[in-house]
Amino acid sequence: MTWIVQNLWLIPALPILAAGISSLLKQKSRISAASLAIGSMAVSFLLSLCAFAHVLTNHETDQVLTYNFGWFQFGNEWLKLGWMLDPLTAVMLVMVSFVGLLIFIYSTGYMEHDENFTRFFCFLALFAGAMLGVVIANSLLLLYMCWEIVGLTSYLLIGFWYHKPEAAAAAKKAFITTRIGDLGFLLGMVWLYTKSGTLLFYDNGAGCLEHSALTHLVAQTTVYGLSISAAISILVFCGAAGKSGQFPLHVWLPDAMEGPTPVSALIHAATMVAAGVFLVARIYPLMSAHAGTSLSPTIALQVVTWIGAITALFGATIAVGQYDIKRILAYSTVSQLGYMMMGLGVGGVAVGMFHLITHAFFKALLFLGAGSVIHGCHEEQDIRRMGGLRKFMPITFAAYTVGMLALCGFPFFFSGFWSKDAILHAAHNWSISQAPYYMGAIGALLTAFYMTRQMYYVYAGSSRLSDASDDSSHVAHRDPHESPAVMTAPLVILATCAVLLGFVGTPAWPWFQSFLEGNQANFTLAAFSEAGIIPVMLSSSLLVFIGLGLGWFFYGRTPITSASAPDNLGKLQPQIYSTLNRAYFVDAIYGATIIRLNTAWSILCDWMDRWVWNGAVQAVSYLVLAFAWLDHFIDTYIVNSSFDGGCEGVSRSGLLLGLLQAGRVQNYMRVIGCALVALTIFLLWGAK
Amino acid sequence: MLAGTIYISFLGAAGLLLLPKGSVTAARILALLTAIAGFALALTSFVHHRSGELFTVTRVPWIPTLGIEYHLAADGISLTMILLTGIIAITGILFSWNIVERTKEFFAFYLLLIGAVYGVFLSYDLFLLFVFYEIVIIPKYFLIAIWGSTRREYGAMKLAIYSFVGSTMVLIGLIAAYVVAGSKTTSLVDLAQYPFSLHFQMLAFPLVFVGFAILAGLWPFHTWAPTGHVAAPTAASMLLAGVVMKLGAYGCLRVAMTLFPLGLGPWGFHVLGLTSWRDVFALLAVIGIIYGALVALVQKDFKFVIGYSSVSHMGFILLGLMTLNQIGLTGAVLQMLSHGLLAGLMFAVVGRMVYARTHTRELAILGPMNLWKIIPFAAVTFIVAGMASMGLPGFSGFWAELMILTGAWRSYPAYALCVGFGIIIGVVYIWRAMLKAFFAETGVELTSPQPSLPPITLPERLGAIILIGASIFVGVCPQVFQNIIIPAFNSPLFEGLRKGSWQ
Repeated sequence: MTWIVQNLWLIPALPILAAGISSLLKQKSRISAASLAIGSMAVSFLLSLCAFAHVLTNHETDQVLTYNFGWFQFGNEWLKLGWMLDPLTAVMLVMVSFVGLLIFIYSTGYMEHDENFTRFFCFLALFAGAMLGVVIANSLLLLYMCWEIVGLTSYLLIGFWYHKPEAAAAAKKAFITTRIGDLGFLLGMVWLYTKSGTLLFYDNGAGCLEHSALTHLVAQTTVYGLSISAAISILVFCGAAGKSGQFPLHVWLPDAMEGPTPVSALIHAATMVAAGVFLVARIYPLMSAHAGTSLSPTIALQVVTWIGAITALFGATIAVGQYDIKRILAYSTVSQLGYMMMGLGVGGVAVGMFHLITHAFFKALLFLGAGSVIHGCHEEQDIRRMGGLRKFMPITFAAYTVGMLALCGFPFFFSGFWSKDAILHAAHNWSISQAPYYMGAIGALLTAFYMTRQMYYVYAGSSRLSDASDDSSHVAHRDPHESPAVMTAPLVILATCAVLLGFVGTPAWPWFQSFLEGNQANFTLAAFSEAGIIPVMLSSSLLVFIGLGLGWFFYGRTPITSASAPDNLGKLQPQIYSTLNRAYFVDAIYGATIIRLNTAWSILCDWMDRWVWNGAVQAVSYLVLAFAWLDHFIDTYIVNSSFDGGCEGVSRSGLLLGLLQAGRVQNYMRVIGCALVALTIFLLWGAK
Repeated sequence: MLAGTIYISFLGAAGLLLLPKGSVTAARILALLTAIAGFALALTSFVHHRSGELFTVTRVPWIPTLGIEYHLAADGISLTMILLTGIIAITGILFSWNIVERTKEFFAFYLLLIGAVYGVFLSYDLFLLFVFYEIVIIPKYFLIAIWGSTRREYGAMKLAIYSFVGSTMVLIGLIAAYVVAGSKTTSLVDLAQYPFSLHFQMLAFPLVFVGFAILAGLWPFHTWAPTGHVAAPTAASMLLAGVVMKLGAYGCLRVAMTLFPLGLGPWGFHVLGLTSWRDVFALLAVIGIIYGALVALVQKDFKFVIGYSSVSHMGFILLGLMTLNQIGLTGAVLQMLSHGLLAGLMFAVVGRMVYARTHTRELAILGPMNLWKIIPFAAVTFIVAGMASMGLPGFSGFWAELMILTGAWRSYPAYALCVGFGIIIGVVYIWRAMLKAFFAETGVELTSPQPSLPPITLPERLGAIILIGASIFVGVCPQVFQNIIIPAFNSPLFEGLRKGSWQ
């Protein structure tokens, strides 16, 4: 056990500590808050590199390094928590801390004028710490706890500009929607605990992802012949789907774009939304646990695949119809997360994770680029009012182009190509159905198309910002400007990564995949000749070119001149286009069904509460009060007056007796006389 | 060393009388120092005797021809009570800082009362216990009659008469026991081990138990308590509710139940479903709990609410005693401590913080003053005290009531349910009093008190903090007290009880 494994907890603890300290800082101490957050993140990044190097050098041992400790005891059982270091953790650690660091730096420029700068960095650091906690957790419970903190910070950051009603509503929506998924996660976790007695992933053979527990879980079945492992996996996947914006729980993610753009880049593109994908990858042994030796994918993985494929296509189609630069990217994120899920389902951990990592870089790049654009265009987010920015923002344009090409999967030179191709290749070979492959392929075409559309709207032609001056709320006639170096430098770094990362996972040299799977990677060009690789690669390249070409056909041929001009595609099919623009009316459908049902039920319960239960309670309270008055009456007039009466009786009898002893001799003589007479009569009577 | 608590208090009382006329501040400080010294001695002993078993403090012959000894001893139960007395003594003086009329006499009576209370808790000889018990009555009467308010002569006289009736019953029972046992000793433990006949115990037990229980506010002999509390000055109410009522409960446990354990056993026949004195007193205790709470619910006078709440809470103690199992008895002792602290605190809020400023206790008049804005400290203190008193976890009342309920559940499940009902009404009357006393209802025209109220003084703050802190300490570390109370029940004194009806 080496130093880095024992002290892995420092990686999440440092940003959390920084958040704690900066929460105590004054609003004015901007520099210390930012430097605390960035400094802690930098140290975490260095530690992550150490961890990565450690895994790299001890690659062949094929053993998960864990550190577990007892948290508390109930009955005879210890509830244990712990952290672990395996290739998956190491890769995620480096990615999260590196992207996080860049975005932190970028934020100092983007949030420069915000009065709640200190609070922003406090939340951001807390988020980063919790996210790193999710990554290192060796216990489903610890993962869940960090997962919830991540959800909380996401809520806080989406609603960071809470004075905007949309932001407050979006924050609420995000929190509630992800909680719906988390309910499944929680149930799955509890079920897992009752069945396996532990929530540790790896515990020297006793963990819930290890052989003995898995055989036990697979052997038992529940309703419809579903094995317990599959049922638990599907429940946990609900949580993953909520966090990762999978259909039908994707509705919160586009709205979450109300948050500041660095937040969108870090949380809602690169890291948090990928946490769901990471969770599936983490519990992959459980997901893929087979009863016998059958080779067909498990039910759980089939669910993951189908949901992923639907989401991939679904998100891509909606992105075509959006006008807000960040919403396009948000739906694109939804779509890409679908690809990752699909990759996990059809190809395993390495395929899905490779896309997660490459996507994290190029999507963070795109969001930061979008942020730079928004910043340069004076908080304008509508792409119809942009245009011509290539001239004003050359660095942003260049970086954005790299990100766009990576996202589209432009052949050979960009990372997105290799990772997406791996997914499509795996989907092509899937034994259940070919449909996911075709859905993914159409999605790839649409991706190229909507990104081209966005590029033409934003960067080509001439600036339409002044068109916005029709709208009196805007400050008119200010030219867009390039962002400061503190914002463009991270763009350049991310752009470099977006290109280079692809080369660690090509079929010829699948280093990344082998690293995750614990094998040695060899460089061999012969891998291309494997069945299916070349055709899939060619067809997907072709699709990308078709997408790019269609984009040029609709938006590039004739420059867009006016902000109010209708969309070129929209002119062709206005009805379909408005459906896409409104995201298939999913929000409206939810509003008309689930939310309305909930409201009706609430009204009914309110009525019951007001009239039935409250009436009963009121009746009881009046009854109690009646008894109280009765007792009060008894106390005053019976218990107390009997005491008072008794005392009065004593004193009155004293008075009476006192009359006999009044000291008047005549009275005494009179009594004696009477008594004498009475005695005499009595004696005479008796003598008779 | 523990005997010093008695001597210091008596010496302090004598010292006060020697002070020159009109020396108000000196009197206060001397009284406070005396109380602190007593508490320090109590605390030291408490820390030293962690085992909770019985130990002798002093034992010398007093009237050898009658077998009477000056015998002081303590165990976990009396140590707990002595600690409570020390705390209440200090805080009572802090809350009496505003007494200017005949200050030194006031504190002299006060310390005399405290010394006698220490004496009762430490006595291990029946005659000595009775002497201290009688000494308690005298200063109590004068404290109320001279410094009291509303119908003070009536309240003082009622209290004195009830006390004397009770102590007469106790005295008759004790003399009978002394004679029956052969007139050789008045030692508590010797008499407790004498095998009195069942018939004698059946008669003597209710006599002595009721004699003590009158002072513990047993329904229907409770009526002295609300009027006495209301008439008394703040410090005296605190002492009355805080420790004097505990004397009664302590006597029930320490004398009546140990001397005549067979008296708790079944009669052999039943009347209205009751089969023993134990059933009778348990029923009376439960009636007291609910009845006291209900009457507190409709009081118009703020102090009467607290007065009746004391009756209700003392019912818990008596019920705990009647459960006759370890958890119930321990809970009863813990409730003595808890109620002592909390009733003291509530009377301090009502008497000192509110009444001494506004000169009214009518809830209908207090409400429109919207006092929570003028004296927020008083409002907060009352809310905290109320939460503690209704048995919220984290405060002393929680553990005490929980243990009593658990004990009662084993012995009298139906009563435990009734007590639960009493607890609910407890929440209601506390909240009602709090709302009506400190918060103006919406739409009511606010009246500002004339002249404007002085702010809460430092001694008041200190006193409130000490009492709340003590209650929270008991609530957080109840085992500190449980560890010394439980072994006390293993002493030879409780042997008869353990052998007899113990469950």
